[in-house]
Amino acid sequence: MKPILIIARRELTGFFTSPVAYVIIIIFLILSGFLTFMVGAFFERGQANLDSFFGWHPWLYLILVPAVGMRMWSEERRLGTIELLLTLPVAPWQAIVGKFLAALAVLAIALALTFPIVITVNYLGHPDNGVILGGYIGSLLLASAYLAISAMTSAVTRNQVISFIVSVAICLFLILCGWAPVTNLLVHWASPAVVDAVASFSVMTHFESIQRGVLDTRDLLFFVSVVVFSLFTTSVILRAHRAG
Amino acid sequence: MIQVRNLSKNFGPKWAVNNISLDVAKGEVLGFLGPNGAGKSTTMRMITGFLPPASGEIRVGGHDMLAEPIAGKRLIGYLPEHAPAYTDMTVTGFLRFCAEMRGLGGDAKRRAVSRVIETCFLESVTHQSVETLSKGYRHRLCFAQAILHDPEVLIMDEPTDGLDPNQKHEVRTIIREMGARKAIIFSTHILEEVEAVCSRAIIIDRGAIVANGTPQELKARGAGAGAVTVRFAAVPGGAVAALEQLDGVEKVSVIGKEPLAARVFPKAGKKDLGTAIFELAAREQWKLADLHAEEGRLDEVFRAITLPDTK
Repeated sequence: MKPILIIARRELTGFFTSPVAYVIIIIFLILSGFLTFMVGAFFERGQANLDSFFGWHPWLYLILVPAVGMRMWSEERRLGTIELLLTLPVAPWQAIVGKFLAALAVLAIALALTFPIVITVNYLGHPDNGVILGGYIGSLLLASAYLAISAMTSAVTRNQVISFIVSVAICLFLILCGWAPVTNLLVHWASPAVVDAVASFSVMTHFESIQRGVLDTRDLLFFVSVVVFSLFTTSVILRAHRAG
Repeated sequence: MIQVRNLSKNFGPKWAVNNISLDVAKGEVLGFLGPNGAGKSTTMRMITGFLPPASGEIRVGGHDMLAEPIAGKRLIGYLPEHAPAYTDMTVTGFLRFCAEMRGLGGDAKRRAVSRVIETCFLESVTHQSVETLSKGYRHRLCFAQAILHDPEVLIMDEPTDGLDPNQKHEVRTIIREMGARKAIIFSTHILEEVEAVCSRAIIIDRGAIVANGTPQELKARGAGAGAVTVRFAAVPGGAVAALEQLDGVEKVSVIGKEPLAARVFPKAGKKDLGTAIFELAAREQWKLADLHAEEGRLDEVFRAITLPDTK
């Protein structure tokens, strides 16, 4: 446990000594404010909920989370520090989890700093704060899933641009695969079971149900398994690189 | 401390390391020599547990590096090639991080960090960012990281690469001092370094060990080993012919005309040629300016062993 925390702290310090964390947090706050109030018409809706806030998160994270995660392993490989890190007395999975937690902490800080909107909606009306809490939990789970995917793609290449683009593409697929135009495309030639299976991989359905305040174990299990699968694949990729 | 048995490693169809076995005991400094791409770095990366071998066995301090890598890694200090370090940290920050990862905390951590800062002459850059360090400083920082926990086994991939002559000398002095208490392996391209620091040297070429011995033993394998150089103060007539007729002389090559100088090569197994030449000169009353026997040169040995393969 201790090596994980030491690595996570090192990574987190790295995020905040470089401008990366500040840029990500500020851009996230500006964009989520703009999308909620201007595009999402928060005030005009006249509803005491944060649907117009959380609804944008899958799309916001689509760009911002891969930007946080793209350097996770590609930078280690580019600098050669991976050789240093993995010859220290630490198991590779501990390093993978430590780095993942540090990047997740940056996203959690960004998300936590949106607290004024909770105060605003409570000041203006009487929202169901349980639903809002569900929204935050769902949002963090969504960010974890995207981040784990970015960790995986960053292990594939030392080129951060490739790492970014590939993880955006995978995350985009996870958003779209439950969307009607995509499922309709499949309906014509695939059996309903296949269509359902593909659609169930969509982060949207799982995110939306948590966002409604329904904490279903199936949704939770979905996000947790995406994270575990992606981080496990990261370790396989890192080992494959070294095995030559 | 280090036992390597039948170690092999391939990258695709190419065998980078082919069936290498070696032992390094405590108090030994092993120099790793070889042309570029011979498999030096790959071997070191396998011993330190970074690369998994294709086959073979590695034991460090009795720990099997494949079965219990973390116990083995605790004993090892490693300086990778090109001295990597996290560029987003300060020098002290980086050393503190490495100390914590080595399980040092509190007072022990502070003492270890300040000790290596002193040993590696890093005082002037302690608060500087690693990104802005010159190559020499970054190399010494990475070296500092390797000796932070006073490891029993020290493995260094080209520790003096990119350093200026003074820094090279400092690093060699440190390695030699530590050699008495640790098992050390280091690779280098600089042959004088091997003579200055190592108690044993291994030459590796195309993934296999081609020579293994003390620097003196290796030098004795050179073509020039045992040859005697004679410089005359005057030019005595018939000296070359007289030298050639001396017992045990293989051939004489003239290397200077005015005044005469020659290299006398002995027949295989013949020693003490210098004494015979001295006695001959005394009989003939030649005036000698210089007479010395050559130990053989490591670079000649290195070329003789590795050149045929690179062609």
